[in-house]
Amino acid sequence: MIGRQETVRRKEGASLSRTDLRGHAKAWIQHHRLSAADSLMRVLDSPGSSVLTWLVIGIALALPVGLNVALDNVSQVSAGWDSPTQISLFLQGEVSPDRLRELEGEMDARQDVSKTRVISRDEALDEFRMLSGFADVLASLPKNPLPDLILVTPDVALDGPAVSALREELQGNSDVAEAVLDMEWLQRLNSLMALSRRLVLAIGCMLVVGVMLILGNTIRLAIEGRRDEIVIVKLVGGSNGFVRRPFLYTGLWYGVGGGVLAALLVSAALWSLEKPISDLAMLYESAFQLSGLGVMGSLNLVILGGLLGLAGAWLAVSRHLARIQPR
Amino acid sequence: MISFDRVSKRYDEGHDALREISIEIAQDELVFLTGHSGAGKSTLLRLIMLMDRPSRGQVVVNGQNLAGVRPRNIAQHRRNIGVVFQNHQLLFDRTVFDNVALPLIIAGYDTREVGRRVRAALDKVGLLNRERAMPIALSGGEQQRVGIARAVVGKPKILLADEPTGNLDPTLSAEIMNLFEAFNQVGVTVLIASHDLVLISRLRHRIITLSQGCLVSGRAQ
Repeated sequence: MIGRQETVRRKEGASLSRTDLRGHAKAWIQHHRLSAADSLMRVLDSPGSSVLTWLVIGIALALPVGLNVALDNVSQVSAGWDSPTQISLFLQGEVSPDRLRELEGEMDARQDVSKTRVISRDEALDEFRMLSGFADVLASLPKNPLPDLILVTPDVALDGPAVSALREELQGNSDVAEAVLDMEWLQRLNSLMALSRRLVLAIGCMLVVGVMLILGNTIRLAIEGRRDEIVIVKLVGGSNGFVRRPFLYTGLWYGVGGGVLAALLVSAALWSLEKPISDLAMLYESAFQLSGLGVMGSLNLVILGGLLGLAGAWLAVSRHLARIQPR
Repeated sequence: MISFDRVSKRYDEGHDALREISIEIAQDELVFLTGHSGAGKSTLLRLIMLMDRPSRGQVVVNGQNLAGVRPRNIAQHRRNIGVVFQNHQLLFDRTVFDNVALPLIIAGYDTREVGRRVRAALDKVGLLNRERAMPIALSGGEQQRVGIARAVVGKPKILLADEPTGNLDPTLSAEIMNLFEAFNQVGVTVLIASHDLVLISRLRHRIITLSQGCLVSGRAQ
């Protein structure tokens, strides 16, 4: 560094005698600006192949990101189901209405129960008849096959094991045929989600490596295409950094373009799903709304694309550029 | 300015390109380097440019022993030497101006200074009105003059030329040599490899003759 400034100073005489660190930094920044603009022009000069490269990167990034957004939405939905765990107490065949009320009172009186709701066998039958459409079949039955049901909502302060212990205890009641904790399916869903996240992460990692290799190869071709130029620049004193710069910017532009395209693809997919999903949510009387990438998410995607572009370019440049020497 | 001390260069395949060469070239000298092709002219220039390293002996350029120049400082070393090539080595997708500006951009000059110096260099070689032209639109002689402008634009102390008149007719060749003499007169050390004996013997400068890697004549002034 110092040596270079010294020689510049000597060479310049009066005109640039104040070429100090600041001037040096200015020149460096200027070359960065030049390289960035020149690389962008080259990328835009061949729109066909550039768009293809962007598409490849965009799709490779959009796939894991899109899956991740989908998982986020699913977990948002299931979060709504998480809190009020219920224990369903299916009672023994014949329990008198008085005993049913008594049991309900017993449950209500417990410290660890916040709320109870009784669905008598007659109510259950009515509801089933209405919803299932099996009215005729049910009418033909000699007697109501459904048991009485008490829905018990445990106190919110209770954690998983405590709720399980409560279920065990209620199961012990002689009038209770079966106490079912309505949470197992939720646990299954949650572990399924965790598994899916891992899978998405693995796919994402592979695609990220793929993107880097694709970009590396694109940059390698760009280097080969400008071999003569690199030789000349090295002959007239261009350092490795000087030669490397435009190619790093080329990688950056490809990566940023790919990131923008990925964000657009994910947004387009979400947009096309929005209507059917809100229709579906309406049918379930839910106010669920599809959440997308958001501004920050999109920005992160573009930055990720840019970083991958730089990394891929660095990979290619460090492998191939040093080999090109003036002969 | 340039000194070779018992320099030998043997290539990997066992071919001896230079054998025990010792030469001194003073500042403000213009020296011709001649010999048949394969005599070692290009190898000698390559050693000065650090495109190759000698097998034995040492090369000192502008007071610096080249054995001490590390790979990462080679670019810096080359910035102090202007080079003219037989095949011009121009960038054909850039204008004449951009070609000549390249060494200044590399050295980090600001835009205004670049414009000023490039025009001064183009003026010296008589191509000021062609700065917007693409090299492909120029004649061979003009292309060579663009190459010379690029070599001198950074005001190097040393100017090397490898067969600069190789593809040119005698009149153009003489013009090119006159240009080199003009640069020499303002204090630039000039070393020109050429096998055009008729031309260079007319100009009264030292001639170093190589044959099969050995120095035949012209060791000192």
